[in-house]
Amino acid sequence: MSQVAEDAASPAPPEGPVELADASSYDGLALRKLAKHYGAFQAVRELDLDVPRGSFFALLGPSGCGKTTTLRMVAGLETPSAGSITLSGNDITRTKPYQRPVNTVFQSYALFPHLDIYENVAFGLRRRKKRDVDAQVREMLALVELESQARKKPTQLSGGQQQRVALARALINSPEVLLLDEPLGALDLKLRRSMQIELKRIQTDVGRTFIHVTHDQEEAMTMADTVAVMNHGVIEQMGAPTELYENPRSTFVANFLGQSNLIEGTITGRDADLVSVDMHGIPVSIPAGRSHAPGDKGWVGIRPEKVLIGNEGEALDAPGNTIPGGVVSDVSFVGVSTQYLVRMPWGQELQVFSQNTGRTRIFTVGDKVELSWRPEYAFLLDAAQDASAGAQRVDADG
Amino acid sequence: MRYLRKHLVLILGLLILVYTFVPIFVVVLMSFNDPASKLIYRFDGFTLANWRHPCGAEDMCSSVVTSVEIGLLSTLGATILGTLAAFALVRHDFHGRSSMNLLIFLPMAAPEIVMGSSLLALFVGAGFAGQLGFWTILIAHIMFCLSFVVVTVRSRLAGMDDTLEQAAMDLYATPRQTFWRVTFPLVFPGILGAALLSFSLSFDDFIVTNLNAGQTTTFPLYVWGAAQRGVPMQVNVVGSVMFLVSVVIVVGGELNSRRRMRALA
Amino acid sequence: MAEMVRRRGRTGYLLLLPAALWLFVFFVVPFYSLVATSLFDPGGSDAKGYDMTYHVANYWTALKHYGKPESWTNLGPLLRSLWYGAIATGLCLVLGYVLAYAIAFKAGRWKNLMLVLVIAPFFTSFLIRTLSWKLILADDGFVVNTLQAVHLLGSDGRLLATPVAVVAGLTYNFLPFMVLPLFASIDKIDHRLIEAASDLYANPIRAFFKVTWPLSLPGVVSGTLLTFIPAVGDYINASLLGSPNQRMIGSVIQQQFTEAHNYPVAGALSVVMMTLIVAMVLFYVRRAGTEELL
Repeated sequence: MSQVAEDAASPAPPEGPVELADASSYDGLALRKLAKHYGAFQAVRELDLDVPRGSFFALLGPSGCGKTTTLRMVAGLETPSAGSITLSGNDITRTKPYQRPVNTVFQSYALFPHLDIYENVAFGLRRRKKRDVDAQVREMLALVELESQARKKPTQLSGGQQQRVALARALINSPEVLLLDEPLGALDLKLRRSMQIELKRIQTDVGRTFIHVTHDQEEAMTMADTVAVMNHGVIEQMGAPTELYENPRSTFVANFLGQSNLIEGTITGRDADLVSVDMHGIPVSIPAGRSHAPGDKGWVGIRPEKVLIGNEGEALDAPGNTIPGGVVSDVSFVGVSTQYLVRMPWGQELQVFSQNTGRTRIFTVGDKVELSWRPEYAFLLDAAQDASAGAQRVDADG
Repeated sequence: MRYLRKHLVLILGLLILVYTFVPIFVVVLMSFNDPASKLIYRFDGFTLANWRHPCGAEDMCSSVVTSVEIGLLSTLGATILGTLAAFALVRHDFHGRSSMNLLIFLPMAAPEIVMGSSLLALFVGAGFAGQLGFWTILIAHIMFCLSFVVVTVRSRLAGMDDTLEQAAMDLYATPRQTFWRVTFPLVFPGILGAALLSFSLSFDDFIVTNLNAGQTTTFPLYVWGAAQRGVPMQVNVVGSVMFLVSVVIVVGGELNSRRRMRALA
Repeated sequence: MAEMVRRRGRTGYLLLLPAALWLFVFFVVPFYSLVATSLFDPGGSDAKGYDMTYHVANYWTALKHYGKPESWTNLGPLLRSLWYGAIATGLCLVLGYVLAYAIAFKAGRWKNLMLVLVIAPFFTSFLIRTLSWKLILADDGFVVNTLQAVHLLGSDGRLLATPVAVVAGLTYNFLPFMVLPLFASIDKIDHRLIEAASDLYANPIRAFFKVTWPLSLPGVVSGTLLTFIPAVGDYINASLLGSPNQRMIGSVIQQQFTEAHNYPVAGALSVVMMTLIVAMVLFYVRRAGTEELL
């Protein structure tokens, strides 16, 4: 994964003043100016976050971005260097982990090998001296469909089963917030997909706040109501998955979620609802709400699946932005779609994903083509940012 | 022929293993011996008398009792001190940690004659020359068993996943509860193994004990003395029993963990 | 597995203190006592006590009586001990390596059981086991008779009371000290490296010398040290299986302490022995090049 370091200027702050609730009365988890550093290394810097009660929240980012550290601070397993953590109005920043109404599902599951499944799940209840342990344990095991395995030891179960035990063990304590630290990382693809659906269903049933940490952007977008993208210790952008995907505010987010084409352009005019850009001599326009470039230069961004490809001179269904002069340089048939690399007159190769609906022809290498897209799909990003930030190589996971 | 060549290393290995057991067979055999003469050590006739009257030999049983007493006490001492030290070395950071590691290693490698004679020099120099006996032996045994306990417990502790303790705290266990309900049960097999090792090292020790024993007689000292006077066959009864007990414990433990692993399948 | 965070603070010291103190008082300090004893005036005794006169001549006395070799066949107890120790260690290395290799690579699911079997005999009192060897190697016993029959031994030859029996006893008694570290090292070797070697045209013998042996060196070094050092100081085997001609330095030291009560000379001998061992070990470790024994 080519993680090019951000330049000295910190990543783009979210636009406009972020509305933060009053922590002392907020019904949910509130992180204020949370920071953690190890010596000179800043793992988390000045994090401000509101997680509403009952939502499925995903903390998404590449490894080393600080998401796990943030999670551990919420769990109480790390002490913040600065800032505060408030839960339902109570400041829990310095509370010990065994005194917080927060439970964690660990990445390695951390099931107690010397106890059987029943005792693992019952562990938290027993420490809190709850009555009626048996009924609650049986109910929880039924929820994760493991009643028949109650007396087995963790090493006797498969990875998927262990993961469900870890979930049951945490959930049975009815925590106000359930933290999940990349819980699906060790599972194979099919199992991961079914567990994603399973987790989402359980969260909806149980109605508790889930905070899910992951580096898999597809996973985050599938499961979460709200996604926060983290990079180098700060949150780059936060919002609903569609919002983040369709209207990214920084090159990092644009590249980390799915793929983007980023093309250099010079801003020629700003209107109330439109920004005009000269993109290598071709005039394009971008809606003002999707423009996040403060200066006079910007990156014009468009997702590959939004780009239409057609023969030279052919009329395409995209009034406005038509870019002639492309030559197909690579064709990949991926079953569902055909992925093209098109070399443009200014030297850049643009990615185009064309759904194989059967209605359009498949181009070959060397074909001369025209590209176009609807302006409402394009976005404009700050030219000062690195165009390769967040881009992941195909061979890396996530 | 090809079978031989292919499995040559394994066959050689098994032969060497058999070689290590040869004296044991002799010990067990000799425990049934009816010696013609006390001085000549050879097999003369079969008898069960040795097993029926194991304490027939004068002073032998009392020496066994002494050895067992010292063994239990030194195991207790070495295990407690060694376990605490292992926790310190694995879980804590402090100056002098590497020097301490070296200090722990040295007794395992030092020649017993040097350890024993230097301890004797200490006791004599401190004026205890007349009090050599049970307590000086005990002190010496705890000293050399310590290192083995530390090394054994340390490796068990280092191999433990410390996320488990975090998980316990996340699940409302206080540090004390975390220790007794999670850490200790998982380290315990290592502590037990260290204790068994310690006991056998103590019971079997000769050189260090001989120098610091004064008038007290442990079992190895008894055998040494008997070797000059004529060895009673009951000595082999004790040897056979020791072997059987250790085999039962050790092979039993192995079969137990195999049984548990088979339950996984 | 997350990297473990070590705790700082005083708890570490407190936990360590009892053990550290015990070892310091009963292991480190005694060495000073030993050196001091070796410098006592030989005129003293148990009853009167000893005067510290820095009597370095004790060392000359000790070496003159026990360090000087008489001839090529009679090396004297000090040099003889080093020599027997070295041979026994060499034999242990050969036997131990074969056994460790067999268990690590060829034992399959019997690996743990075999390891356990290696250690099991050594829970029996080693004095009794050595006595058994006395029986096995007896003049009219099976072994001697067989060797005489195949003419490896003269018709009136014997094994007991010869260096052969002593070295054989030493080798037997210290075998586990060699096998266990060797096994730990060999077991860690990735089989795929050996497969890669044969993929690159190495026959099994070359693969062994080029891949397996170098990778097992840390185990070889710890094994030889854990065998050689105690073997030099052992005297049980020599006493039970050998004659006075095979007397080892440990026996001399013990006798000087407990019977002759000649503490200064005994102390001097101990110090000399220890120094020689340490020197040989340092030289050996330097040449072998591995420092990570601990």
